[in-house]
Amino acid sequence: MRLLCLLALCVLLPVAVAAQDVQSILQNHAQIVAKPSRKTVSTVIDALVASGLPQVPEFLERYQARDVFQHEDGRFVYADSAGDGYRLRDIDTGAEMGTAPKDALTQIKPNGGVRRVLAGALVVFQLSAPEIERRRTALDAIARKPSADHLEPLRATIDTETDPALKARKQRLVNSLTAQYGADTGERIAAIEGLAQDVSVESRAVLSRIVQTTAGIAPELPDANIARVFEPGQDMTAEAAYLQLVDAGLAPAALTSDDIRNTLAANIDGGTVAGVPVARLSDPSARAQAYDALAASGDAPPRITEADKTQAIAAYRFFETYDEPNPEVTAAAETALAQVQTRVAVGQTIDLTLDALSLASIYFLAAIGLAVTFGVMGVINMAHGEFIMLGAYTGYVVQLFVPDYTLSLVIALPLAFAVAFGAGVAMERLVIRWLYHRPLETLLATFGISIALQQLAKTIFGTQARPLTAPGWLDGALVINEVIQISYIRIAIFVLALIFLALLLFIFKRTRLGLEVRAVTQNPKMAASMGINPDRINMLTFGLGSGIAGIAGVAIGLYAQVTSEMGANYIVQSFMTVVVGGVGNVWGTLAGASMIGGLQKGIEWFNPSNTLAAQTYMIIFIIIFIQFRPRGIIALKGRAAGD
Amino acid sequence: MTTLLEVSGVSVSFDGFRAINNLSFQIGPAELRAIIGPNGAGKTTFMDIITGKTRPDEGRVIWGDLSRSLLSMSEAQIAQAGVGRKFQKPTVFEDQSVEENLLMALSNPRGPLAVLFYKPAKADLARVAELADEIGLRAQLFRKAGELSHGQKQWLEIGMLLAQDPKLLLVDEPAAGMTPEEREHTTQLLVEAAKTRAVVVVEHDMEFIRRLGCRVTVLHEGSVLAEGSLDHVTSNQDVIDVYLGR
Amino acid sequence: MNRSFFAQSPSVLVFLGCLGLATLFVTVLSEAFGIGVLSTSFIKTLGKTLCLCLIAVAMDLVWGYAGILSLGHFAFFGLGGYMIGMWLMYERTREIVESSMSDAVIPPTPQEISDAIGNQIFGVVGSSEFPLIWTFADSLTIQLFLVVAIPGVLAGLFGWLAFRSRVTGVYLSILTQAMTLALSLYLFQNESGLRGNNGLSGLQNLPGVEAGQDVVSMWFFWASALALGLGYLLAARVISGKFGSVIRGIRDNEQRVRFLGYAVESYKLVIFAGTAMIAGIAGALYYPQAGIVNPAEIAPIASIYLAVWVAIGGRGRLYGAVLGAIFVSLVSSYFTGGQAPDINLGFYTIKWVDWWLVMLGISFVLVTLFAPKGLGGLVDLWEDRRRPDRHGADLGPDAGALREKEAVE
Repeated sequence: MRLLCLLALCVLLPVAVAAQDVQSILQNHAQIVAKPSRKTVSTVIDALVASGLPQVPEFLERYQARDVFQHEDGRFVYADSAGDGYRLRDIDTGAEMGTAPKDALTQIKPNGGVRRVLAGALVVFQLSAPEIERRRTALDAIARKPSADHLEPLRATIDTETDPALKARKQRLVNSLTAQYGADTGERIAAIEGLAQDVSVESRAVLSRIVQTTAGIAPELPDANIARVFEPGQDMTAEAAYLQLVDAGLAPAALTSDDIRNTLAANIDGGTVAGVPVARLSDPSARAQAYDALAASGDAPPRITEADKTQAIAAYRFFETYDEPNPEVTAAAETALAQVQTRVAVGQTIDLTLDALSLASIYFLAAIGLAVTFGVMGVINMAHGEFIMLGAYTGYVVQLFVPDYTLSLVIALPLAFAVAFGAGVAMERLVIRWLYHRPLETLLATFGISIALQQLAKTIFGTQARPLTAPGWLDGALVINEVIQISYIRIAIFVLALIFLALLLFIFKRTRLGLEVRAVTQNPKMAASMGINPDRINMLTFGLGSGIAGIAGVAIGLYAQVTSEMGANYIVQSFMTVVVGGVGNVWGTLAGASMIGGLQKGIEWFNPSNTLAAQTYMIIFIIIFIQFRPRGIIALKGRAAGD
Repeated sequence: MTTLLEVSGVSVSFDGFRAINNLSFQIGPAELRAIIGPNGAGKTTFMDIITGKTRPDEGRVIWGDLSRSLLSMSEAQIAQAGVGRKFQKPTVFEDQSVEENLLMALSNPRGPLAVLFYKPAKADLARVAELADEIGLRAQLFRKAGELSHGQKQWLEIGMLLAQDPKLLLVDEPAAGMTPEEREHTTQLLVEAAKTRAVVVVEHDMEFIRRLGCRVTVLHEGSVLAEGSLDHVTSNQDVIDVYLGR
Repeated sequence: MNRSFFAQSPSVLVFLGCLGLATLFVTVLSEAFGIGVLSTSFIKTLGKTLCLCLIAVAMDLVWGYAGILSLGHFAFFGLGGYMIGMWLMYERTREIVESSMSDAVIPPTPQEISDAIGNQIFGVVGSSEFPLIWTFADSLTIQLFLVVAIPGVLAGLFGWLAFRSRVTGVYLSILTQAMTLALSLYLFQNESGLRGNNGLSGLQNLPGVEAGQDVVSMWFFWASALALGLGYLLAARVISGKFGSVIRGIRDNEQRVRFLGYAVESYKLVIFAGTAMIAGIAGALYYPQAGIVNPAEIAPIASIYLAVWVAIGGRGRLYGAVLGAIFVSLVSSYFTGGQAPDINLGFYTIKWVDWWLVMLGISFVLVTLFAPKGLGGLVDLWEDRRRPDRHGADLGPDAGALREKEAVE
């Protein structure tokens, strides 16, 4: 309350009221200033604050930092050591006052209690400092190391805070401080309930600090705020209970088999241990017998039997006590924590969904080209992954020549399409068109091309990963709250995937090319007789699918790294995506990608440390899924889909 | 008269298109029957249903004295139960000799183990020779089926059907691409076969059907339009409308 | 075996003769039992090549004869290696542990020995417990049984699932590839209990055998030759009779076989699981010669290479598969081993280590396009067998059917 008044004073009364200087105030209380105690120092501080002098904060800081000295003549000065003596400065003006020898000065050393009082007073100054930066720094300092002393001064500055963001922060901080250090239970519980509305790491930390517990062992339950009582055998294993007793020094440690062996080895006497021949000691029961004999003769400590353990455990109660003594507060905090955790879980689910979405869009990008070549044309192209790689390396090469990342991306995307398109058309003309209706041979021939391309890339670019750097505006992440965030690059990939979806749907449903493609794939002879050139259509379709793979390569390269094997890493998943989704349908690919991406993230969520396991289980799931929907999620029905 | 196969109230549709619409049909154990109908009448789908390739949306298909339902059986089980099928396009195993084709079709145990340890018995080889005589391929017995002429492949397929010794023979356009003499021979074979088993012939060629001299079922838009002797159905106004168009 | 079997397929006799002669020849040239022209490591390479021939024969059965392009048989090969590797590693480690513990003042209990072995084997993945799958690692009989049983059961289960839902053609290939990928990813985890990416190592040391590697390598060479001979004979027997007719029928026209009353799925399952077992045996002989088996061996690409060997050798004829496996693996070890001289073009030096794969890839495309009969086609040339002119028609409607250019009169 006193501090509050002080503050009111210092804010309301203009500086002009002060007629005195700091030195004279100090001289008024010289005794106290020179030998401050926690109780007495407040009078000095009150007086200083009441003066409203601008040099007061600096004095308080230096006072706290033990930079204030008393001169022989009784004056208080600031002093910095300089050579043998000290350089002196005036407290009011800050002017140099020459030097003084060491023995002419007495350093004033306020103890810890005093320094805390000083800090409290200082915070008031900083929290209401005119510069917003200083106020913010002060808040940061309190948030880093919250203590009970900060509560009142902080609360006092809220009303006068002008910056709305800072005001909100102060409010939150007051809330969390009240929750921890508030004087009155009702007030604290109200604050805790306030914290429950927040998912920030800070407030979660505050809540968990309130419900922090310490494990305890005692013959009887103590009269404390007990969080939990453990029944050995039910809530904890007897083994663990006994280990706790050993750790607490309440019971002797059980002998390990190593201990027993060492004791036996130490007591070998003429080829026997306590009458048992050494050669027989490979038998555990013989060992036990020998050791018990040693124990009986007093040469070794007795073994601790299960009965001993049970007895020891039964003599004690195992429990956890809250560090916070007030049970109402801890109960409120537990409830609040549970609420917060629910909200965090919801947030994490949303975050996971976003993650899954972004993985799905990567799979979609990798597979969408395949959906054209495999899905629409029925051509298995094992080199599809290498077209992705080709696109990524195109992006890398462009960046070598065009250092501006945005511009290079703008050039790389169409160029990657062109390069992969060219490669696709060449492959279709030279290899694939001779193998239509021979899907297995196509698979193997394109595999040959795949290993050749991979090795070529390795020979040209080396085995190490090449960077494909995203432009600056794609750095960083969109942060929705502390739990939910997504990087811009993933958003960009998602958008790219959407664009491709729209583009392909447009091409296949609305353009002449799409119509001709569908005609050729459904009945090439009929299409040919209607004046469509199936050769040309096949070539263009294959080129389109390959070109899209090239663009996907740039996108994937931005997100992962560019290596000669990057395509191979996606090829199986891509085929799975198309097969699972349903062949011959762009929507199917989208469904397949969503399912595979969602599944993988979902399984990873159960076991976050192990992405390999996630992939394994995902593939097994897909194999089983295909049992039930052999033609994919979105299947063509009827005789058209027949063999 | 007992029935061998009874199809009742069968319907099947593909993507909304009703290929078979509430079709009912029956045939006795030793009967020759011809099925005619314009393109898209559902003749092939009808055979697909009997042989288990296509599952109907509704209806029943009852087989034999024991009245077993064919709908719960796999293609292989249906074939083993005694339904043999000859496809429109001759389908023989072109990479294998005529003898191998016939041996495979002979009615012997079909399980993998039995087949693995199978050695052709004298009786089997004799039956193969007999069949080869019957279909005029005795001289080609050790040639690969792929090297036969179109007509010879048709014959081989018929031979394989006979080797299977089925109770019901489904024959899809047997006379397509045959010379008049070969047709004559085919007619004899089918008529002969129908003395001991049921034979269903799907054919476009009216002349061929006339030679068979059997009951005729006319299919149209997935159901039976008319049934009776050839003269009876050809004088039916509905049939004339369907064939000549209105 | 009756006379008609060999009379029907004279190539079997020729093959077995060649194999016997080659084995004799290598034995005479070996260090351990002969004049020592061939180094032990080369004997191992030859022995391994024989194992690869055996799995190629299995692959030819399943792809060349039954038309199922399995991209998973190398996984079964690797599993066979793992199964025998578990016993080899366990027994070997037990010997070492027991000999080092025999000096201890107090003789060790069985539990202590087992803990020490566990520590030795699994220390590398930060564990010392024996996983459940190592339960039978101390029994050679059971592990030998598992060499065939595990691939057989896995293939049976997978095949049953895939075939009953009528997955065929490329879909089946992709599915088998996915299975292989799943298996290798699974084995890459430390939790799999098979030492994660470290795999099983030190397999070249036979427990309880004092003989040196030069002798042991010959034992394995003979065993591999014997296994190949028996496997070839079995395969030839299977394809020669009616069973062969049926599976070739399935390859060319599955539907037709079904309408003849054969349960196509059972046949596919028998051939798929049976060849998986042969692959397991081949792997169990291969990896003790290689010394190490790890999950990278099982990666899907290995299985595709297997298909490549068979295709280069000529599918649908057993000796073609063997020729392909020998040719590709020996040529490949010649080029990648650094023995091939670099070619200096003046402006660029062709290093075969780098360019070999490019060449293999391209030659593979060329074989598929222009010589589908592969190396086996050379035999036809020699025997003056012509292929029929079918005006471009394949021998059947199915994806696995022989192509016109693969047919023989």
